[in-house]
Amino acid sequence: MIITEQKSFEEILKMLEPFSKVFIIGCGTCSTVAQTGGEEQVKQMAEKLRGAGKEVVGAVVVETPCDARILRRDTRNLKDAIESSDAILCMTCGAGVQDIVEHIKKPSIPALNTKFLGIIEHIGEFYERCRACGECILYETGGICPIVRCPKGMLNGPCGGMYEGKCEVGGYKRDCAWILIYNRLKEIGMLDIYRAYRPPRDNSRLNVQPREVIWVKT
Amino acid sequence: MTEVFISELMRSLKSGRFTFTGELEPEKTTNLTRYVEAAKKIKDYVVACNVTDNPQSFAYISSLVASYIIQRDSGLETIYQITCRDRNRIAIFSDLLGAGALGIKNVLALTGDYTTLGDTPQAKPVFDLDSVQLIKMIRRIVDEGVDMNGKPIESPPKFFIGAGANPNANPIEPELIKFEKKVNAGADFFQTQVVFDIEKAKSFLKETSKYNVPVIIGIFPLKSYGVADYFDKNVPGVKVPKELMDALAKASEISDKNLRRLKYDEINLNYFSSFIKELKKTTSAAGCHIMSVGYEEIIPPLVEASR
Repeated sequence: MIITEQKSFEEILKMLEPFSKVFIIGCGTCSTVAQTGGEEQVKQMAEKLRGAGKEVVGAVVVETPCDARILRRDTRNLKDAIESSDAILCMTCGAGVQDIVEHIKKPSIPALNTKFLGIIEHIGEFYERCRACGECILYETGGICPIVRCPKGMLNGPCGGMYEGKCEVGGYKRDCAWILIYNRLKEIGMLDIYRAYRPPRDNSRLNVQPREVIWVKT
Repeated sequence: MTEVFISELMRSLKSGRFTFTGELEPEKTTNLTRYVEAAKKIKDYVVACNVTDNPQSFAYISSLVASYIIQRDSGLETIYQITCRDRNRIAIFSDLLGAGALGIKNVLALTGDYTTLGDTPQAKPVFDLDSVQLIKMIRRIVDEGVDMNGKPIESPPKFFIGAGANPNANPIEPELIKFEKKVNAGADFFQTQVVFDIEKAKSFLKETSKYNVPVIIGIFPLKSYGVADYFDKNVPGVKVPKELMDALAKASEISDKNLRRLKYDEINLNYFSSFIKELKKTTSAAGCHIMSVGYEEIIPPLVEASR
């Protein structure tokens, strides 16, 4: 799940300053679950904007605004309202905002900050678990990702900042990823993997930006 | 074939002599006079001296430049500390060639403290390599004369390659495996994190003696109660023992400045000379790394008292 947080209303209003007519697009998938851009939040945002003197000419929660096909499908019948607006307020992740920009030729304003790829422990409790690095090594690390859970992205064991199994970053509150990995691999009898030297990552493959995946027909 | 000694540190460790090393931490300055003078004062008591690389992520003068100037002007061999926090593998490689050109003989390869612990927490943390990978990279430079992709270096540098280790680590098993990885990657010697508890040093040395790689145990004489308190609260992974803290706290109450200084020195000399004597007598420690940053004057009497 892509975890998002709503920007402050002040910041949103500041970005909307030049515009009076606003159309709102929410997200029926990740932002709905994170409660940052679902039906309820879109409704509340429309009310707040009206209270701040804006004219909300329409609103829709697109099932997956990051999917161009669904975005087109879910906005097809709203063309007139969208056309009459001065700007689109996007209550979606950054990918959603940019998909909207590709298809709707209006100024698009992000209402959310995109935080990370994470899991939902409870509503309002989200943890980052994947950096989308492009080369999964979870098999080697007992299913615990050191790229995301070790601030230094260490690949060969804990650093000197580990104290009583905790991490120096953030004041020894969070678990050291490499202690979790060690314990897990020991538990499942795979410590040999822990002992193996892990070479530096090949950033020429991982970090060429922006990344693309395009299927080639064989 | 006779062994070629890359550095005085290597010669001393290979001879089996109990070897002392010191540490200097040049800060936000371009004037290294104070550090050169400190190096001169400890020169007859330590074989070499570490020069730190933006320790605890505080932005200071380049450790390469400071290592060079201190070594050149004091005549004391330096151990150039290099971390992975601020430079990617291209920059580190390039600095290593620079170090070779400047006559640096020893390097200590470390991962580095995390950026947010320091005085420029907004900086981008690099960590392109970790310490084990860095050691392996330096090993190849020295032994094979090639870069990470196997491309030859014209006149490759020779370095005596050091690594860090932490005998205080709890749990200790993952740290011991990492020690083994560093040995396999090509570490020539180890300098450990500060140890106060002699038992921790003993058991760590017992576990690591099978690798036959010299291990120099780190100690940190505490100049004042203030330093001890700061150290206790801010240095990742190390706690000052309560009895030492209590003794220093008591000394801090002495109102006469000179008497207070004498008491502080006495506490340090007592605690650390017995620590070092015990290391010499009962362990395989190759030496002692005295990290008395800003308190270099304790090194001569401490080394004398530990004989």
